[in-house]
Amino acid sequence: MSEERSGAAILVECLVRQGVEFVFGYPGGAVLPIYDELFGDHRLRHILVRHEAGAAHAAEGYARSTGKPGVVLVTSGPGATNAITGIADAFMDSIPLVVITGQVATNLIGTDAFQEADTIGLTRHCTKHNYLVKDPAELAATIDEAFEIATTGRPGPVLVDIPKNVQVATAPMSDVPAQRPQRYRPRTTAAAEEIAEAIALLEKAERPIFYTGGGVINSGPRASELLRELQTLTGAPVTSTLMGLGAFPADHPEWLGMLGMHGTFEANMAMNQCDLMVNIGARFDDRVTGRLDAFSPDSTKIHIDIDRASINKVVPVDLPIVGDCATVLEQLVEVWGNRQPRDLSAWKAQIDDWRTRDSLAYPQRKGPIMPQLAVERLFALTHERDPIITTEVGQHQMWAAQYFGFVKPNRWLTSGGLGTMGYGMPAAIGAQLGNPGKLVIDIAGEASIQMNIQEMGTASQFRLPIKVFILNNEYMGMVRQWQELTYESRYSNSYSDSLPDFVALAEAYGWKGIRIEDQADLDASIQAMIDHDGPVMVDCRVSQEANCFPMIPSGAAHTEMLLYGDQVEGTMDDEAKALV
Amino acid sequence: MKIHPTESERHVLTVTVDNEAGILAKIAGLFTARGYNIDSLTVADISEDHAVSRITIVTNGPPPVIDQIMAQLDRLVPVHKVIDLTEAGPHVERELALVKVRGTGAARGEAQRIADAAGARVIDTTEESFVFELTETSDRIDSFVSQMREHGLVEAARSGVVGMMRGTEGA
Ligand SMILES: Cc1ncc(C[n+]2csc(CCOP(=O)(O)OP(=O)(O)O)c2C)c(N)n1
Ligand SMILES: [Mg+2]
Repeated sequence: MSEERSGAAILVECLVRQGVEFVFGYPGGAVLPIYDELFGDHRLRHILVRHEAGAAHAAEGYARSTGKPGVVLVTSGPGATNAITGIADAFMDSIPLVVITGQVATNLIGTDAFQEADTIGLTRHCTKHNYLVKDPAELAATIDEAFEIATTGRPGPVLVDIPKNVQVATAPMSDVPAQRPQRYRPRTTAAAEEIAEAIALLEKAERPIFYTGGGVINSGPRASELLRELQTLTGAPVTSTLMGLGAFPADHPEWLGMLGMHGTFEANMAMNQCDLMVNIGARFDDRVTGRLDAFSPDSTKIHIDIDRASINKVVPVDLPIVGDCATVLEQLVEVWGNRQPRDLSAWKAQIDDWRTRDSLAYPQRKGPIMPQLAVERLFALTHERDPIITTEVGQHQMWAAQYFGFVKPNRWLTSGGLGTMGYGMPAAIGAQLGNPGKLVIDIAGEASIQMNIQEMGTASQFRLPIKVFILNNEYMGMVRQWQELTYESRYSNSYSDSLPDFVALAEAYGWKGIRIEDQADLDASIQAMIDHDGPVMVDCRVSQEANCFPMIPSGAAHTEMLLYGDQVEGTMDDEAKALV
Repeated sequence: MKIHPTESERHVLTVTVDNEAGILAKIAGLFTARGYNIDSLTVADISEDHAVSRITIVTNGPPPVIDQIMAQLDRLVPVHKVIDLTEAGPHVERELALVKVRGTGAARGEAQRIADAAGARVIDTTEESFVFELTETSDRIDSFVSQMREHGLVEAARSGVVGMMRGTEGA
């Protein structure tokens, strides 16, 4: 059976068939036909954001917390350009999004028409794939393929640009999915020889380490379970990138903490001294490796990644394995069988020795609240509720990563690759929609939160009880920290002047506002935040001087870590400055 | 502070792609965005239904960069196949050049003599000019054009390289 339908109707029908629950969007001239289709259609819920960047980040938050693709709908020109930061963010962090953009009518394309932008050109290098649909008859197959590409292989954003006349024109729509060639076939399973070689390496390693990343999360919850199994079988300790937190439980004795620029001493030292590194779904980011020529100089390296282009990109490896993390982990667990792990006690003793450095210790003084303490208390008072944490970008993000212990995947949503300030609140909105009833907290900085502050209105409108916990140090703290280290404390433009009264602002949006100034009020105020059945913004005034340690200064090796109390003010040579 | 260049190798890649709008921009843009070099790039559709194009790219870079280029091309959705002819083994490469030379008398005769020796064909003639067509390897075309420089070279146009494996198998 097939029936003539408009392009807009076909689109909506396809979204419903794909199982889409929410569309994060903002209307405009070039998507009016689609908005008219949405009117009165209760199969999809449209979440009206306040800025298109908010739509893209909210879709990311939904996707990361549920494992399902996030869907965005925006108009042509400024609607599309506003969404681009979120699209680029999803591209860097491998988040599945399907972004529908309106476009001017096909006969106007290229004429500098009103609200025309070359969306395909602009997003070519920050989408996994993009399409300009010129015929409504192609729409159904295109949408189906867009979902397939966004969600399989290395996930990522896919954009479909639909000219207005294509939304209005009609084409036959059949009851069954449109026929299309299968042209995207990512490799997911490793070859038996690769698995055998990996097992042989794991069996004989004296100082093995698992270095895991966002790929384990993206591969689905099963990958995290299998990681735990493989760890139990082999006994190797585990560290993770910022993106991979939660794949391995932070309360496990073999957990080393996060690695990299603000990673723990034990994680970075173990990476440096290991004899076998098993990279699972991480990509040797420069924030992780530090100075490349000093990165884990004596180890044999295995790299498991679904994206062949991530392998040997920055660090040459000995055994590349292209495949899906869950599938390859399953293969490894199976082939390991009932082999006995090697005695790793010397390695563990060495690691325990590094642990005694207590690299996350920070000075507890009388006076302003230390931001690290605020995160620790937030963790202590909320962890039993299994909350979802989002963040903005800066010191607070690193403190959240360091002091909030994640024990399950999909609970930690942060902008890692692009490092986008303004990510956290819209991501919390998306996460809350996807996880009704869950406690969702954005751990924010006072500067970052202002980048998408307008989304407070979205949370109010859709009755989303998200919590925004601002670690207000009145500085772009991470910038200030770099200026201390690199530019002799010349604080060029890093002071957060003219801040709004966050409590009054909360109230203006119909939220509850709470200010914390005194450490003695910290617990009670956090409790009040949790207990309030509605959105809350907490303005937690924290030490303006606190810095984020440990830290591997840019261009330094893993062994050259600065801990709290090390001298922090100074300058750097040009080589180091350029690496920042 | 100085920026240090690294040793590079020349490689000829053939890329089979879906002939969809924007694919050329996507591939060319990938090279610029990631800082890879393009020495030449040719493209034309090769299937009966015009659905598939073959792109030949001559690039240069250190071996790990060449490997990255292959991987980056391979992960583009419309790309079916990427082959590094330089790595894959014996192959043939050709480029087509049109070379215009102006001259009279002895100079004209000399130009024609060089063209004959190089295997170039005359495809346009006036009283005082020739357009030669030469299909050859890039090196030979280089040397032909440089010889003509002393014999009245007006302009040269080159197609860029196309290439193919030797032997019975297709790409
Ligand atoms: C959109 C964007 N612009 C600029 C930056 C650079 N940047 C990184 S951290 C930071 C300061 C963030 O300040 P705040 O939100 O107060 O967090 P804090 O570091 O103080 O915890 C800036 C400006 C960025 N990451 N994203
Ligand atoms: Mg701040």
